Amino acid sequence: MSSNQNILVKLKDAGFKINDKWLVQGVSLQVEKGKIVTLIGPNGSGKSTTAKIALGIYKKIEGAVEKFTNKVGYVPQKISIDWTLPLRVNDFMVLTENLKSEIIDEALSLTGVIHLKDKNLGDLSGGEFQRVLLARAISKKPDLLVLDEPVQGVDFTGEIALYKLIKKISDELNCGILLISHDLHTVMSATDHVVCLNGHVCCSGSPIDVAKNNEYKALFGEQASQILSRYEHKHDHIHTNEGKIKKN
Amino acid sequence: MFGDFFIRALVAGIGVALVTGPLGCFVIWRRLSYFGDTLAHSALLGVTLAFTMEFNIAISVFIISSLIALTLIQLQKRTNLPGDALLGLLAHSSLAVGLVVIGFLTFIRFDIMGLLFGDILAVTVDDLLIIWIGGAIILLILKLIWKPLFASTVNYELAEAEGLNPDRAKAIFTILMAAIIAISIKMVGLLLITGMLIIPAAMARNISTSPQKMVVYSIIGGLLSVILGLFSSLEFNTSSGPSIITAAFLLFIISLFKIKQTIKLKN
Repeated sequence: MSSNQNILVKLKDAGFKINDKWLVQGVSLQVEKGKIVTLIGPNGSGKSTTAKIALGIYKKIEGAVEKFTNKVGYVPQKISIDWTLPLRVNDFMVLTENLKSEIIDEALSLTGVIHLKDKNLGDLSGGEFQRVLLARAISKKPDLLVLDEPVQGVDFTGEIALYKLIKKISDELNCGILLISHDLHTVMSATDHVVCLNGHVCCSGSPIDVAKNNEYKALFGEQASQILSRYEHKHDHIHTNEGKIKKN
Repeated sequence: MFGDFFIRALVAGIGVALVTGPLGCFVIWRRLSYFGDTLAHSALLGVTLAFTMEFNIAISVFIISSLIALTLIQLQKRTNLPGDALLGLLAHSSLAVGLVVIGFLTFIRFDIMGLLFGDILAVTVDDLLIIWIGGAIILLILKLIWKPLFASTVNYELAEAEGLNPDRAKAIFTILMAAIIAISIKMVGLLLITGMLIIPAAMARNISTSPQKMVVYSIIGGLLSVILGLFSSLEFNTSSGPSIITAAFLLFIISLFKIKQTIKLKN
């Protein structure tokens, strides 16, 4: 465990219920600078709820949550925007913080949607909107990024590129990332810590440890376990565009 | 300088339009037009209390409207009734209580038409001060809470997650709504205040591509409505409120044609 200064958000036995029904219970986890923590679990297992507890959106919670930063970028799983608002991508980018035009352009370029800058938000496709959401979250250069299924609806090649981008952002900005994803393949290669949820924490640890865990196997099946363990080997090379191998 | 009643009315109307422009945009964005109506209905109670206690009308209306707004928030927390039912309940209850109180005030001569529809003859220099100073304060506060209010209008959870405190912004905005109704009641009358808030903003929505533009067009629309409305009120000897709102409605209709034209151009 690294020193306390690096902790951005910490949950201790956190839980949340609506009308006496627990959405999630007994979650302990912490996100540190430069680390990616991934929440996995089946539908309704409390992943988004856990993220909202960490963000302070849910206030009447059980247990404790401590947030050590206010520079937060959030990509929610679901977002409903009211189209009574005339809102362009550019207006949406400065929604919670005023940013310089170069910084907005840079973030939109990174997620590949710079050409949509002056478009009305309501005219975007699902995948395009998802890229804008991610651009908005990273443009603030936050200490903590909370990404709830950030690449949903994005095309296959885009998905891989965006996960690479997320990893790169984590390294370059040294920000902590709390990531929620269903895509075990792409995510696990970059994750430092995995928390497997099913209404409670069923297991947690490094991707390899989680893959070996019996509860994880019971929840996701043997096949998923093999996916995770495949990432045990360390890459000493990267694959360039033409499929060539480049040594690090 | 403000000796002429018409100049006073014009200055008052311009002051009101400058404030209803931006506030009206939020009323549309946040779908608060019935909330505005409820506050306006409760204003009658405020006015009658002002008469009984010989108190300033604007301040009395502001206090009563704020109380109604706070009551609404409490009722929303404590009952399972839907929001529109609560709004109707409060609007008509406070209107009824206000009318009952008027019934007891037989010793006071009451210009009820002026109250309901606005009366340009009634605007005094004191009213001008209230409108312009009150309006300046409302605009200043709105500018201060703009970021959290706008962000939470777009998406509450994003604003909350990224540390903007949207609940506080919402509470302050509610008070601003009560304040704008209080300062504009003499100009437009309590039946038509919500129209002054939403019609110029609705017109602006038709022709704007960004939130800032919508605010600017809404202000311009409000100013034009006031000027056109007051001149025709003078010309045709009609109440100021209905004349202003009719002018605003005409502008709204014109803005619809603007849209058709741009669509034609695009094709």
